Amino acid sequence: MLKQNFAALLLAGAVLAPAGAFGQAVPLGDATEGAELYQYECASCHQIGDGAEHRIGPHLNRIFDRRAGSYEEFHYSEALARQGRDGLYWDLARLDAYIENPRSLVSGTNMAYPGLEDATERADLIAFIRAYSDQPQNIPEASPTAFAPEVRLPPEVLAIEGDAEYGAFLSAECTTCHQRSGDFAGIPGIVGWPQEDFVVAMHAYKKRLRPHEVMQNLAQRLDDEEIAALAAYFESLRD
Amino acid sequence: MKLNRRSFLGTATAATAALSAPAVMGQARPRVVVIGGGSGGGTAARYLAADSDGALDVTLIEPSRMHYTCYFSNLYMGGFWEFDDLGHDYGNLAMRGVNVIHDWAMAVDRDAKTVTLGSGAAIPYDRLVVSPGIDFVDGAVPGWDVSKQSLMPHAYKSGTQTQLLKSQVENMREGGTYCMVAPPNPYRCPPGPYERISMVAHILSQSNPTAKILIVDPKENFSKQGLFEEGWARHYGAMVERIGPDFGGDKVEVRPDAMEVVIDGMVEQVDVCNVIPAQKAGKIAELAGLTNDAGWAPVKPEDMRSRMDDNIFVLGDASQQGAMPKSGFSANSQAKVVSNVIRGELTGSRIFPARYSNTCWSLIATNDGVKVGASYEPGADQIESVSSFISQTGEDAELRRQTYEESIGWYNGIVADIFG
Repeated sequence: MLKQNFAALLLAGAVLAPAGAFGQAVPLGDATEGAELYQYECASCHQIGDGAEHRIGPHLNRIFDRRAGSYEEFHYSEALARQGRDGLYWDLARLDAYIENPRSLVSGTNMAYPGLEDATERADLIAFIRAYSDQPQNIPEASPTAFAPEVRLPPEVLAIEGDAEYGAFLSAECTTCHQRSGDFAGIPGIVGWPQEDFVVAMHAYKKRLRPHEVMQNLAQRLDDEEIAALAAYFESLRD
Repeated sequence: MKLNRRSFLGTATAATAALSAPAVMGQARPRVVVIGGGSGGGTAARYLAADSDGALDVTLIEPSRMHYTCYFSNLYMGGFWEFDDLGHDYGNLAMRGVNVIHDWAMAVDRDAKTVTLGSGAAIPYDRLVVSPGIDFVDGAVPGWDVSKQSLMPHAYKSGTQTQLLKSQVENMREGGTYCMVAPPNPYRCPPGPYERISMVAHILSQSNPTAKILIVDPKENFSKQGLFEEGWARHYGAMVERIGPDFGGDKVEVRPDAMEVVIDGMVEQVDVCNVIPAQKAGKIAELAGLTNDAGWAPVKPEDMRSRMDDNIFVLGDASQQGAMPKSGFSANSQAKVVSNVIRGELTGSRIFPARYSNTCWSLIATNDGVKVGASYEPGADQIESVSSFISQTGEDAELRRQTYEESIGWYNGIVADIFG
């Protein structure tokens, strides 16, 4: 049903975006392809769709033509907030540039995403995201929960109340690489994440669903309690 | 599981609180003295001061006003980083409540529990953290001693020695020979000498492509050997040659005044010679009576406590703890365990079971980074590895680039964790 929605939207929106200040038109791609890409590339941090909320990153509903860093309740990197104050708006060209290489558009952003090189894939992704902007009546009714989580965890695991003091001790193992300030300086910031996202991410490493040897190795010896403790501690570090 | 851990922790805390009660009676604040402001001592001082929120009187004794990290000094050698990028001062540690004294620790009186400074002052402690790094074993390479370190630099304590070696490489005659006398195990930073070889090769392949690099190595094999050898062959052709013990790499003598290296009786004329001698714990550990016949300070695996003195903890390169490599990452990891234990003993805060980790990244050529790492836990007699990983030969260029970028992120992370 998602597919049908997008197909309809595409018929209506199969246009080239107007040339932006970047000088080049960015074609809108295939939103159905984009939906799949979104799941892989974006969904672990950004929610989109009916009822979407800020998670590790802000939700992406109605992102088009919104000023960068403009949700007061979301904690942005200083770099992104400054660019927003200086007049960065998310138009097609800038979103495209940002997805291609976040740090080349906003040096100092906390978005720990390496970038998507393939222009066609970016166009597909943008076509998908575009469907949630601009004309509210066109927003597909998919909710964020329509995306399968990376790992399905039993409710009792998600319900564990983390021991933040124990988490503070365990975090010593994290902060050799991940900065307590939450800054991204080559290694992603993990401060202020919603606990559930943190727990899901760590279990994904533990099950080796997420690739990264260092993280997989560290996650191996963390039990459910310890993951919850870390999640509680790092969430508590949010300014 | 939850109940077990809770009750175990509760017991541990109660027991240590009882033990430590006499130490904290009759004085304003318990005193912790840390000797050495590198990755071990700097981390310990910071965590002790910040986590105890003023409940502990923390003094850091470190002669240098700037700490130049050994890790990533090879990137300076290879021309990727400036020397100043390696330097960190102690201003933020002072701001976080650490009393920083720039002086030498000359002696430790373990009965009186004081540390004597170069100035003559005696600083009292309830707990002492000793993290002095390494010193070189006298006579380890016949013909070499520290009086020859300007002719044949060791460049294995970061600072002016690193600058000197870099300048010698840059000014080497065309087609000349750079020789490294590699150290026997155990030594600081297992992949360090070989990352240095990579970075020297990187410089020479651009500025002096007919130069040769000779490694004289007493060891059968070395850290990340397959990765380095693959990378040297790929990036630097036949520039790097290594003589292992099977060809006399363990029978080496140097003649610094003549710039000669004698390998199993054969005399080689060289142009630059980097002698990295066998190592032992930093001098103050030995003076304090904390070292064994092997020259290292043995510690207990569960908390890095000296086997010679219950009030003293030894961190990092100077310690003999088991399976962890001597690295800045290891020292940082150990320091956090020690900080948690000392705080618990002196203030009654919760003590958690130790866990340690280490990852070492190395750069082989531009954007060609590799890594090795492991998790560690206390075993019955020593720290043991519980799981590990290493980069693979034949990895694609994109993964190697990511690994390199991650290493930069790690550097930024660890120096922020210590000095930020």
